[in-house]
Amino acid sequence: MEKKIGVYICKGCSIADAVEIEKLEEVATKEKKAPVCKSHDALCSPEGLDLIKNDISGEGVNTIVIAACSPRVKYREFSFPGNIVERANIREFVAWTQEPKTEDTQALGEDYIRLGISKAQSAELPEPFMLEELDKSVLVVGGGIAGITSALGVADAGYNVHLVEKQEELGGWAKKIHKQLPQTYPFESLETPTVGSAIEKVNSHDNIKVYTSSEIEKIAGVPGMYDVSIKTNGSSEQVKAGAVIMAAGWRPYDANKLGHLGYGKNPNIITNVQMEEIASNGKITRPSDGKEAKRVAFIQCAGSRDKDHLPYCSSLCCLTSLKQAAYVRESNPDAMAYILYKDMRTPGQYELFYKKMQDDPGVMLTKGEVVEVRDGSAGTVEIVMKDTLLGESIVLEADMVVLATGMVPNTKIEADVLAEWKGKFDEALTASGGKPDPNAVLEPYKVPNILNLDYKQGPELPGIDEAYGFADSNYICFQYETQRTGIYTAGSVRQPMHMAGSIEDAMGAGLKAIQCIEATAAGNAVHPRAWDQTYPEVNLTKCTSCKRCTEECPFSAIEEDEKGTPFHKMSRCRRCGTCLGSCPERVINFKDFSIHMISSMFKALDIPDEGLRIIGLVCENDSYPALDAAALNRARINPAFRFIPVRCLGNLNLAWIADALSRGVDGMILLGCKFGENYQCHFVKGSELAEERLGKLQETLGRLMLEPERVELKQLSIQDYDKLPQILNDFADKLDEFEPNPFKEF
Amino acid sequence: MSDQETNILVVGGGISGLTTAVEAAEAGYSVAIVEKEPFLGGRVGRMNKYFPKLCPPTCGLEINYRRIKFSDRITFYTHAEVGNIAGSPGNYDVTVNLKPRYVNDKCTGCNACTEACPVEVPNDYNAGLDKRKAAYVPHQQVFPHKYVIDKAACKDDCGVKCKEACKYDAIDVDMQPESISIKAGSIVIATGWKPYDASKMDNLGFGTSKNIITNVMMERIASGTGPTGGKIVRPSDGKEAKRVAFVQCAGSRDENHLAYCSAVCCLASLKQATYVREQYPDSKVSIFYIDIRTPGTSYEKFLNKVQEDENVSLIKGKVAKVYEDSATGDVIVEAEDVLANKKIKVPFDLCVLATGMQPTVSEMKLPSDIKINENGFIVPDKDQKGIYAVGCVKDPVDVAKSVQGATGAALKAIQTVGRKS
Repeated sequence: MEKKIGVYICKGCSIADAVEIEKLEEVATKEKKAPVCKSHDALCSPEGLDLIKNDISGEGVNTIVIAACSPRVKYREFSFPGNIVERANIREFVAWTQEPKTEDTQALGEDYIRLGISKAQSAELPEPFMLEELDKSVLVVGGGIAGITSALGVADAGYNVHLVEKQEELGGWAKKIHKQLPQTYPFESLETPTVGSAIEKVNSHDNIKVYTSSEIEKIAGVPGMYDVSIKTNGSSEQVKAGAVIMAAGWRPYDANKLGHLGYGKNPNIITNVQMEEIASNGKITRPSDGKEAKRVAFIQCAGSRDKDHLPYCSSLCCLTSLKQAAYVRESNPDAMAYILYKDMRTPGQYELFYKKMQDDPGVMLTKGEVVEVRDGSAGTVEIVMKDTLLGESIVLEADMVVLATGMVPNTKIEADVLAEWKGKFDEALTASGGKPDPNAVLEPYKVPNILNLDYKQGPELPGIDEAYGFADSNYICFQYETQRTGIYTAGSVRQPMHMAGSIEDAMGAGLKAIQCIEATAAGNAVHPRAWDQTYPEVNLTKCTSCKRCTEECPFSAIEEDEKGTPFHKMSRCRRCGTCLGSCPERVINFKDFSIHMISSMFKALDIPDEGLRIIGLVCENDSYPALDAAALNRARINPAFRFIPVRCLGNLNLAWIADALSRGVDGMILLGCKFGENYQCHFVKGSELAEERLGKLQETLGRLMLEPERVELKQLSIQDYDKLPQILNDFADKLDEFEPNPFKEF
Repeated sequence: MSDQETNILVVGGGISGLTTAVEAAEAGYSVAIVEKEPFLGGRVGRMNKYFPKLCPPTCGLEINYRRIKFSDRITFYTHAEVGNIAGSPGNYDVTVNLKPRYVNDKCTGCNACTEACPVEVPNDYNAGLDKRKAAYVPHQQVFPHKYVIDKAACKDDCGVKCKEACKYDAIDVDMQPESISIKAGSIVIATGWKPYDASKMDNLGFGTSKNIITNVMMERIASGTGPTGGKIVRPSDGKEAKRVAFVQCAGSRDENHLAYCSAVCCLASLKQATYVREQYPDSKVSIFYIDIRTPGTSYEKFLNKVQEDENVSLIKGKVAKVYEDSATGDVIVEAEDVLANKKIKVPFDLCVLATGMQPTVSEMKLPSDIKINENGFIVPDKDQKGIYAVGCVKDPVDVAKSVQGATGAALKAIQTVGRKS
């Protein structure tokens, strides 16, 4: 498209009080040669907008630079579909943060006009990436309550489902229980398990195909077009799917590791899983002699909340023991249940069930620490407790002890499996003559297990180490985020949860799967850039196959061909632009965001011989709004800074720093999200990678005879706007101590 | 004739409502959000940080607002309430009552009206802990960033200074209430919660001393956008609050008040303990609890982290009484330390009552087949199609669970509407 640029400058909201508008217009028309440039007292008013609309229809303007307020406001007003629109934020970044009508303020305003026009000159309209073929069915891995619920949820919305279950039948743990917790108000009575009717619905649903005794052999391809091989009793079947829900569930913590609680030493010490079996068979009897167990003690947190076992709380053991106490009481009105706990955890309205059980005189609840579990007389078990509410140690005799063991997610790889995998790896290493294969780095998620993804970065979901093996989201507000686009997790493989929670969670995962398929079909990215229709385009002729992009992509969206040349698997891509930042050859670019674009913006700046000039590259989701908030509070921002938003600091390409500094820019500050533990970057490692890349900068700057401190990264949260002026001033003060950038003279 | 047709109508623009709306819209469905307040964001928008990551809620809200801004499938009505709901699944007629904002779309957010406004009233956004003007935005990160005039607070004789100050003809003091009708295939109710009225618990002294506050007030005090700019001080005299008590289950798990557990208060207090400890290295925090409820992985980890701080004491015991020592302004907490088997009486600068959540469903007219239980929560009914409840109006839940439920509700809603492509 041949561009005709129109620059529209708003004089309202104090802009005209802060800068000489005519001079801004001169920059646009004389220096930057914009064919159309107009100003208006209130550009967002109907009259102001008509000015622009008339130029679009009458003058053929198709590339519009709005020099007015922040792009975060008046977004509907300044939307002109089919045209390139850039916003130069001269209200927040100039009028509201600078002293009016000074030389510095004028220079700043003019620079934002230059930046806006250069950006518009380099931008192109997006053309969505369309998959040639698309399959809208959903693969659900795991046929427990979560998988069944996801399958039904998706199928009832009109999509086909492949439901794969490892066991011979569907139902998982939900089918192995005697009764289920009350699911609804008043939360008092145990219920007959409802999973059976759900299984019937699945089996008779036209949109669902069930594969039992089956496992995933391989998932290749991309969201919208996965090629899945399902292995059933030794034979493979190939199916296509558009998205995947992983609901692989959990296993009980291995009670053999609970010797300190007597497991394995006395047959009458059992787990809560065994208790379900016993209850299903009728009377509550003890294993040693089949006699009725009239005194049953439940030891809570058996393995859970224990740094030597599971450091976390398994969430449902308190409720399970209360439920099993009801089994004991229902089985024999004279029987007693003792629940020995650290904290009773029955959040929400399950408190009502707790209360009901607490009110039962046959249920005794005691807080305390179990110090010993030993044989009593005649097959009984004695439990020694200390720090009880009675203030003393007690010894409790029971006919049977139930250990409330916790949950281990099936994504958690046990040490022995890891060891076996390492053995295989070592063998392969020896066979290959000791040449390490960088693709086979030994990390737990690289051990094939459930999904067996045919992905460059490994077969399973990353990030599970940080969550004790659970395949959980890192984000509180975005519970279904994984680092593999199109793959969503549900139920207790994600977080320990009870059945009602799993059901709700599974519906959410179902929605995300459908959403990913529909977004892909429309050529859109998915969260967190769901609106984005651009995608990375690679000039392969200049690619050196250095593999940095394939390694740094947070979403394993880039594969390599047999020659090692990278290629994007586009619908896995979240459009974060980490690859753009990683590429030393600068060959990865987006239609509306490119290496050249940012470099040309640097080049457009007016660099005077005297006076600091600093570029701020800012994360557009958090730091940019923080700058806006500072402006809304009319904070004073150092006039040396020119802020340029980026999708993520992961976009930082070292070429930019060389470009900027060799232009005479005195320094560059990078404002991005917190990294490390509890990272806040929505593209996982953006700011961390930027910091890493800065580490390699020393040499480049040395070559330019410049101090490496001229470039600095600050971790900033969206709420830190009150700290911004100081952070910026401190950085400017530091630069003031250096000699002016010698490149200014060139 | 309806004014708008939409696939899904979401009642409530807090984290649950926003989530349902953006998730459904990104799956291809049109959504209208109706929010009672003049701004989106609901209760989470007022939080300083989320547990357990201690990250700012505004970060995720910003992403959700961007998703709304860039979507042509989402419309939202703020300062609006749902009136009547008629019709059946797939075909509801909903009346939406729009309260006058007295500020039109020409508002540029320039702040001139606020500067000109001569009236100051207690700022309800900050739990009344400071003042705001009658022409206002509660703080600078609200969405939509459009001012509102609190007409009830206006002085008749001010000469409409706000209108005079506005250069953009954005103030319309004659704006009238309006009713519109929206046709929707499905309705999601996400009207959220309100804090339990702490003054109902006589023994905990709320209202008798300014230094006895609720956990919701504590979020505002600790927030940079709050009444003290984030400085944790006691309201009576502005003294730094370095000795802080938290009273758990203030109303919750109590049949005379809220029979249920509010599910978030333990974590909220642990989080607020970190606010105090981070601000004042020489501070001391005591948390009085019945059971510490931090279920799951990251919550338990957070508990462990807070427990490592020797200046945070967790005391199992019911608080008998909280009152102010009028001589010092200190708040005295009398409690039973059950593990030590003794009664204790300790002075603090500030006492935070971990008050629970109450569902806010009672404020709207619901179709008669929607069941509400004695605690005020909507009872989900498997056979009920077309109208779905999410978040704290259905169960007391944290943000994570609200998001899970809200995403799932989007699936239920699109099932009712039917597949589109």
